[in-house]
Amino acid sequence: MKSLAKKRYHKAAPLMLVLLLLAAITGVAAVTTSSPATAATQVSEDDVAQGEKLFAANCATCHGMDAQGQEDIAPSLVGVGAAAVDFQVGTGRMPMQMSGPQARAKAPQFDQDQIDQLAGYVASLGAGPTVPTAEQVDGSLGDPANGMELFRTNCAMCHGSVGGGGALTQGKYAPSLWATTPTHIYEAMLTGPQSMPVFNNANISSEGKRDVIAYLEEQRQPSPGGLKLGAIGPVAEGFWAWLVGIGLIIASTVWVGARSS
Amino acid sequence: MSQSDQSQETTEPDSFQDPGVPYHRPRLSDKDPKAAKRAERQVAAMFGISILGTVIAIWAYFGLHDMGEDVESIQQTNTVIGIGVMLAMFGIGWGAIHWAKTLMRDHEMVEERHELRSSDESRAGAIQNLKDGVEDSGIGASKEGVPRRGLLKGSLITAMLVAPLALLVPQIGNMGGDWNVGLLRHTMWKKGTRLARDPDGTPIKASDVTIGSAFHVIPEGLNEMGHGKLEAKAKAIVLMVRLDPRDLTIQPGREDWSFDGIVAYSKVCTHVGCPVALYEQQTHHLLCPCHQSTFDVSDGAKVVFGPAKRPLPQLPIAVDDEGYIIAKSDFDEPVGPSYWDRLKTPDGDLTPEEGSH
Repeated sequence: MKSLAKKRYHKAAPLMLVLLLLAAITGVAAVTTSSPATAATQVSEDDVAQGEKLFAANCATCHGMDAQGQEDIAPSLVGVGAAAVDFQVGTGRMPMQMSGPQARAKAPQFDQDQIDQLAGYVASLGAGPTVPTAEQVDGSLGDPANGMELFRTNCAMCHGSVGGGGALTQGKYAPSLWATTPTHIYEAMLTGPQSMPVFNNANISSEGKRDVIAYLEEQRQPSPGGLKLGAIGPVAEGFWAWLVGIGLIIASTVWVGARSS
Repeated sequence: MSQSDQSQETTEPDSFQDPGVPYHRPRLSDKDPKAAKRAERQVAAMFGISILGTVIAIWAYFGLHDMGEDVESIQQTNTVIGIGVMLAMFGIGWGAIHWAKTLMRDHEMVEERHELRSSDESRAGAIQNLKDGVEDSGIGASKEGVPRRGLLKGSLITAMLVAPLALLVPQIGNMGGDWNVGLLRHTMWKKGTRLARDPDGTPIKASDVTIGSAFHVIPEGLNEMGHGKLEAKAKAIVLMVRLDPRDLTIQPGREDWSFDGIVAYSKVCTHVGCPVALYEQQTHHLLCPCHQSTFDVSDGAKVVFGPAKRPLPQLPIAVDDEGYIIAKSDFDEPVGPSYWDRLKTPDGDLTPEEGSH
């Protein structure tokens, strides 16, 4: 530690700090989530019973033993449907580990069979949106051009024009959609998790949702122009221009003007 | 060095003393031949880096080219060519400056400034030239041997007065073909216009709008418009959401403007006119991405944060016999940001009834 403390005064220390800061900014901008794809499966009565046990052990603290919810703590889950459960649990947002402006995506706590059992139990409480079929979320069958029009009108104001995500009010944010599975994108539109409004099939048809998925899958290709900086817009680009661009110019100017030893 | 001695002797100098050039300090490469040799090798290495960069760029252009035509390989090729060109250019400049700084003759130079003021002769000569020019032109008082040029004087002044119009007329003309500010008062919405989905223009049934839904709305028939479609859309865009009716605070005087929790508001921010569309369905807050003005949709779209001064104008809606949502009239006030005479009409203040025609 002593040698490290001495190096604090090294003349390259400010440069290293700036580089570390930049690396941290870039890292935060590229927060990703990944979860396995799911497909609609038949649930048996046995699965529903298993799901009820999982629910009682993991969800009932907040949502209540009968899933009716508690005022100001957790919403009722009657009628939210299997799609909402598959999205919330499949992306790791539920069970929630801590309260905050919004539930964060993390590694899912259950495997896909357990998620299906939970979804089967919640769906048995009241009819709601079901998990889409593999064909409904197959982006290769969609029309990315139409998807772009729908995305620009309905989604881009929060998620950014290419799905990079963006900030909302008071610590809430719209997440990046680059690593989200097609099934989860479809379910989010259908159920409107957290701050996101609902886009039911009467608003954006099932084919329209598939077009949006097709458009988003097009955005996952690397950018021909180089570093995307999270595609969150002019703030990140401004940081690079001011710190790296102008920093290098100033460093070169100082070196050119300095006397040789 | 002598200057410092001087300043100690004289207590109060008459003017700023010339401090002279700083003490000459020899460089390492001046004193030590080994250091000079090292600097020479460094410069050569920098030029070598430039040559290497050129090789990398050319290799990337030819060698990486057959990797494929997809975006990923284009990105890689561009990145490597870019790094190569950067090294090629930077290496030359780097080496040249290092060469000058370490190996070229290190001596101080003095370059005297000359006076800014010209000599009296050249000043007088310049003034005389101007006077002669005016006399020769015949613009001023007539002089012997020079004819008066009244026609030229008149035509020159006319040309100079008229010439700015060549710039100004197209500029002012392009500011907009229509100077009728009254157009800002009304939008395409009128009694009975169905609310339709943006972008495809299909009408929306009240039963389609489930609780928590957000619909981006244009007037039905907008897509069929030819000329002026975008101008009409820019004024008429609407965001329609459905809240749990228990969450909705109905504004006094607007009791029949919503339908079972469905409300429709102009999407044009009252601050500077950005489209306000970041709707958070749990808080019912509507955020403008430009300057973070936040409107509370559950309470008359009143401003809860940010620079906007007024609530978003509400579109009064109803449901027709077939179940489609229709507008009951135009907005009762001009949408978007403030402008001069915003609340005035030729007949006086704008009222909801007048807004519908």
